[in-house]
Amino acid sequence: MTLLQFRDLSVDYTSNDGMVPAVRGVTLGVEAGETLGIAGESGCGKTTLASTVLRLLPDTAQVRGEVLLDDVDILTMKWGRLRAVRWSQAAIVFQGALHALNPVQRIGDQIAEPIRLHQSVAEKQINSRVDELLTQVGLPASRAKSYPHQLSGGQRQRVMIAMALACKPALIIADEPTTALDVMVQAQVLDLLTGLVRDLGTGPAGGMGMILISHDLGVLGTTCDRIAVMYAGQVIESGPALEIFDNPKHPYTRALAAAFPRIGDPAARYAPTGLPGDPPFPGDLPTGCAFHPRCPIAVPACKLSAPALVEVAPSRMAACFEVES
Amino acid sequence: MGSKVLRAFITLAFVVMFNFFLFRMLPGDPIGLYARGRNQDPEQLVELRRALNKPLLEQFITYLRNPFDSTIDSTRFSRPVWEMIGERVWPTLLLLGTAILLASLIGIWIGIRAGWKPGGRFDRMSTGTTLILYSMPEFWLGMMLLIVFSVGAFGIPGMFPVGGISSPGVDTSGPMGWLNVLWHLVLPCTTLVLIYLADYALVMRASLIDERKQEYLTLARAKGLRDTMVRKRHAVPNALLPTVTLIFLSLGFVVTGAITVETVFSWPGLGLLTYEALRGPDIPLLQAIFLMFSIAVIVANLIAELLYVVFDPRVRS
Repeated sequence: MTLLQFRDLSVDYTSNDGMVPAVRGVTLGVEAGETLGIAGESGCGKTTLASTVLRLLPDTAQVRGEVLLDDVDILTMKWGRLRAVRWSQAAIVFQGALHALNPVQRIGDQIAEPIRLHQSVAEKQINSRVDELLTQVGLPASRAKSYPHQLSGGQRQRVMIAMALACKPALIIADEPTTALDVMVQAQVLDLLTGLVRDLGTGPAGGMGMILISHDLGVLGTTCDRIAVMYAGQVIESGPALEIFDNPKHPYTRALAAAFPRIGDPAARYAPTGLPGDPPFPGDLPTGCAFHPRCPIAVPACKLSAPALVEVAPSRMAACFEVES
Repeated sequence: MGSKVLRAFITLAFVVMFNFFLFRMLPGDPIGLYARGRNQDPEQLVELRRALNKPLLEQFITYLRNPFDSTIDSTRFSRPVWEMIGERVWPTLLLLGTAILLASLIGIWIGIRAGWKPGGRFDRMSTGTTLILYSMPEFWLGMMLLIVFSVGAFGIPGMFPVGGISSPGVDTSGPMGWLNVLWHLVLPCTTLVLIYLADYALVMRASLIDERKQEYLTLARAKGLRDTMVRKRHAVPNALLPTVTLIFLSLGFVVTGAITVETVFSWPGLGLLTYEALRGPDIPLLQAIFLMFSIAVIVANLIAELLYVVFDPRVRS
């Protein structure tokens, strides 16, 4: 069953220079129990795309298309209905837990807040539920009385995970959940998150779905079922995670995979290859394929028209003329 | 916490010393002032002059031994200065206490409404009004209110008394007396409220606008909280921190602001007493009043710092 479906979704931000497109015609789906990875450089529209799921974009954003959560369009929902859906059906693990947590509230109260809001539970049970959640993410229950600044970065991110799981949502959106952490803690937190999503999400409607956003293709390759790679607001490649990681088709995905040397691969370690140039400014995109100015295999046709996302192998999609032919 | 109290005491010690030299530098002849309108024979004056012409260091040591000496008399009123201050403290506390309480409540309310939707209709109206009020001198606004509401102008009858704390001959110990005091309180209190609420509203607005950009508000919205709950539970408690501190910090300056308003409305408090002492200049009285004001500022600062520790868990640890 399809849990979440983006249908031809576009987001434009109004700015002083006119309309700036952040997401351009994205169609993507997440099945129940599936983890979808979204990869791409900063500014490619990953976070904007994820924010449309709970309609958290600022007023300057104009959203077109459909975001179907359990076959209901989020974008046309009434405010009251939307508030009921927020957190109880889809919850977010934010990137920087230090800024995402309220600095003057105890973390126990912050975890309990959505439970009080969405579920009719007795006050006594709320406390034991908070303790249970904290234990699940590997923190002592006594931490409920702490303030965010008293915890380490990894502990705060664990609190964010506990909070996201509080109402047992069908979908978890993790927006670069480990970027702010050091490498050892990154691995721990990521294992915890994926493990909990796998174990907890076994309801009648199927497992818990997750969208994991990262710029690190290696991380996504090992933790996700499927990956979608975004460039300049569009999905340019998608398919099963390990296949994309091992055998990227699109030249951009290849560059992204080469940018993170694989552990145990000396050749990649001694010659990590970056991608020359910067991602294009969304307000001033190149003609044709947005990637052609940085593309090592670009042909004259790339300047003239943009390739469509088409099936290039079983369950593999890519948007590139050179891959098609 | 201990270091904050210690710092307050060090400041106090410095103020006590500075206070002594400040008034030794003021122009004016204390003996002349003392002798004005009194039958003093020249020998007595010479004797007085000799007593007051002791070396500065000796005077300083005498002063330091007891800066709050209750036997020191005012040169103009020939009464112990601390006794006079003790009498005048209560009207000032009544006036300032009421004004600050009302100004902070109204100011914070305006600041929250304006800062939550910056650029909106309420914000544009209230910010315009508060900026105009903020830039008005207190005494001028006081005089205008006096002209309009107590003398009567533009067809508005004079409804309020021109000055004082109660009508002559009214016994202020009973309920009718309290009403009479309240009636006298309206205009000076309104003047101060209008001036100070502008300050508090602008600060509250600015700090709420800062909080609005914080990511924890996006999280609160993502949790499914109503906009009003996001504001009340998350944004306002954080935005109040700097505002409450500022209100306490401003208390010290409010005391000095009362000088002009009390003078305009002949309110018999410390402000009016300062004005009367300045006209002399009545140096012993001024010295005591300045000491009193300085202590008020230091205590207000200390309370502000300690309150921040109570309200903000980040400062606590």
